[in-house]
Amino acid sequence: MGKLFGVVIAVIAIASAVPIVMHTWDPPPNISTHGHAIDEQLSDTMLEAGISFLAAQLFLAFFVWKFAGRKDGAIKSFPGGARAMVIAALVLVGSEILALGVLGQKAWASVYFSPPAANALLVQAQAGQFAFYFRYPGPDGKFGVIHPDKINEGELNFFGLDPENDVEARDDIVSAELAIPSDREVHLLMHAKDVGHSFYVRELRIQQDFVPGLDLGLHFTATKPGKYEIVCTQLCGLGHYNMKAYLSVLSQGDFDEWLKQKASEQ
Amino acid sequence: MAEATASAQHHAPPQSFIRKYVFSVDHKVIGKQYFALALVAVFVGMVLSWLMRVHLVWPGFAIPGLHFLSKVGAAGNVMTPEYYLSLMTMHGTLMVFFVLTNAPFAAFGNYFLPIQIGAEDMAFPRFNMMSFWTTFVAFCVLVAAFFVKDGPPISGWTAYAPLSAVGSDAGPGLGLGQTLWGLSIAIFCLASLLGSLNFIATTLDLRVKGMTLSRMPLCTWAWFITSCIALLAFAVLLPACILLVLDRTAGTSFFIPSGLVVNDNLQPHSGGSPLLWQHLFWFFGHPEVYIAILPAMGIVSHVLINSMRRPLLSHKVVIACMMTIGFLSYMVWGHHMFVSGMNPFSALVFSFPTLVITIPATIMTLIWLGSLYGSKLRINTASLYALGFISMFVSGGVSGFFLAQPSIDIYLHATYFVVGHFHMVMGVAALFGVFAGTYFWFPKMTGRMMNESLGKLHFLLTFIGTYCIFMPFHYLGMAGNVRRYSTFVADYLQPLMPVHRFITIAALVTGAAQFIFLFNLIYSRFKGAPAGDNPWEATSLEWSTSSPPPFDNFGGKHPIVYHDPYQYGVEGSKGDYIMQTSPEPEEAK
Repeated sequence: MGKLFGVVIAVIAIASAVPIVMHTWDPPPNISTHGHAIDEQLSDTMLEAGISFLAAQLFLAFFVWKFAGRKDGAIKSFPGGARAMVIAALVLVGSEILALGVLGQKAWASVYFSPPAANALLVQAQAGQFAFYFRYPGPDGKFGVIHPDKINEGELNFFGLDPENDVEARDDIVSAELAIPSDREVHLLMHAKDVGHSFYVRELRIQQDFVPGLDLGLHFTATKPGKYEIVCTQLCGLGHYNMKAYLSVLSQGDFDEWLKQKASEQ
Repeated sequence: MAEATASAQHHAPPQSFIRKYVFSVDHKVIGKQYFALALVAVFVGMVLSWLMRVHLVWPGFAIPGLHFLSKVGAAGNVMTPEYYLSLMTMHGTLMVFFVLTNAPFAAFGNYFLPIQIGAEDMAFPRFNMMSFWTTFVAFCVLVAAFFVKDGPPISGWTAYAPLSAVGSDAGPGLGLGQTLWGLSIAIFCLASLLGSLNFIATTLDLRVKGMTLSRMPLCTWAWFITSCIALLAFAVLLPACILLVLDRTAGTSFFIPSGLVVNDNLQPHSGGSPLLWQHLFWFFGHPEVYIAILPAMGIVSHVLINSMRRPLLSHKVVIACMMTIGFLSYMVWGHHMFVSGMNPFSALVFSFPTLVITIPATIMTLIWLGSLYGSKLRINTASLYALGFISMFVSGGVSGFFLAQPSIDIYLHATYFVVGHFHMVMGVAALFGVFAGTYFWFPKMTGRMMNESLGKLHFLLTFIGTYCIFMPFHYLGMAGNVRRYSTFVADYLQPLMPVHRFITIAALVTGAAQFIFLFNLIYSRFKGAPAGDNPWEATSLEWSTSSPPPFDNFGGKHPIVYHDPYQYGVEGSKGDYIMQTSPEPEEAK
């Protein structure tokens, strides 16, 4: 049984690594300017974690295979004893932490520690049970104020706007789809209408929670035109699984056309 | 064997059935009661996971009897999204609180901590009885949520506010069911506080002559450190749950800000913070992971040393590692909140200790591996589970290295990668510790051996099965598969459905294999081969008394301890081991 178990561990360890090595279920190609840093961090970590995983499992398998049922001879100790183990852990994990954890914070910094560009496209995203809505400020560049008591889904007033009294709200453009120009930074203002939600686009390498009562800013630049899925990743109720929208990355010309079209529909 | 005569007994053995088996103050009965409760909870939790897995891959499938579990959401026995979420919430809550906290810590700790230090009972036997029965009340309150009008809560075991706080407006299950959830967990916290105080007092006060702190077995150390963690962690979750219940019932606004429009209703709250709940919850929630895994580490070390017939490379380094893990476990909670909207600078602050905590964990793994080298490893079901634990701990641990990095967490957060990670390291690894403990200590607890053939079959199916279930979770996460979805409707998730089907089949088979364990447990209790006092040729105090131990553990005597706990492979000794109570001179080492 000892030998069999050793073989089982080895087979499982190697089989587990196969889909990773074959890139069977890799993330989809990145379409953002910051995403490659995250991808690099991910693949470096995969390499280091993968080696640690295989080494530990194969050593375990080998030792079980070799020492199970051993009856004769004296108990031997691993050369170096506990001191060797402590030093090995400190050096191996310590250097991994330095390489990935400390130096690798660039990727995080590129998303969160730089201010949005001055010419970034301002879009507000509102998450509510169970849909996203997006709002563009219109020609005046300003958003109308949200009045929670005026929110009425039946009358399609998703943001609780008051265009009769609020000049800035009159030219706001509301859409269920997030269209953005490629190669231009987008500054997304995130507002939660009811409970917690999250904004996740795999291809953008972006995930950020919507926090009720706390409007957050998030900025990113998409580089590849196309249509991508936005899904909610924060449990928000029974319709959570179905809370999604589309992100359309368009050329600047197509985007201008789209915005004009949307404005005329308001 | 030398023993001092006990001067007086703490309390006399009870005579009536109720005092003996129900409201017993005997730590051994209480330990078994915790074990039984965990056993009920784990099978209920497992069946819930079966229902979820079946629904995920065959959404239209009518599951016979589905409507019994919830008053809502199972018309024609076909599961609705809210029904799925309520199963998920109850599965997580049952497993984390009533299985992973109760089984490795409360059950085995209660039974064996006093015996391993030579005590007659816990320091406060009546408190101990109260701890269990308070836990039982918490369990009943939670299960009651299945039977209320709008069903069990749907906000997950993390109960993020404001979804969990605003009430029925936010959806079914968020009325009375969610309130019961909050009350249940608050009651559970109370019970755990009582229990951990008792463990700490017992360890510090009731050690017999010669049982110095460094002579305590590693599992006793693990339970002791865990009690210290639990005392601080549950002390934070308790008020958090009370505040949540107040938000729900008394109109307060601890976790609810102003201006929320839920289901077209403007909420009458203002001034609260949803992030406050997350901070309080995870301040408990991350140490909770170690409340589950540290006792398992202790049990596994204890079992493994006995099976390897040698002590670990270092007793003290292992204790130091467990203490370091316990200490660091309080500084890492923010890694659950990298993308929660908290200040992004704090992500870096939380990331660092999260990465550093892998160092003591790696040292422990290397010490287990290094100790295997050159050992005389005995293979039995207990040692297989202990070895399996190491394998699972490594697999679940390396994925933690991904999630500890905020930048990678942006992509992997809230995907099946996270689900795979914590199921492997906190769920399966901790349960492997419980299985190792069960197969190892069953002879002591009942006087009978468990069936080894059934045990090994159970092990192989469980080991291979859990890998088949949880390793693919990581692949799904890499592909961006979001968790907590009752149905996969997004276009990009469709190509992943074959993986989900594979997981469901693996879960059904692995779950079914657990009935072999249940059968073995019941069968061996009555028909198992007689065990004798020390079937594993072990050294610690629990093996120096009869199986099962008498009411006061050592038959009116106090054992005297002469040795470190793990004197195996000692040259010149009669067998290859020296018991802690054996008065052979120290020089024999």
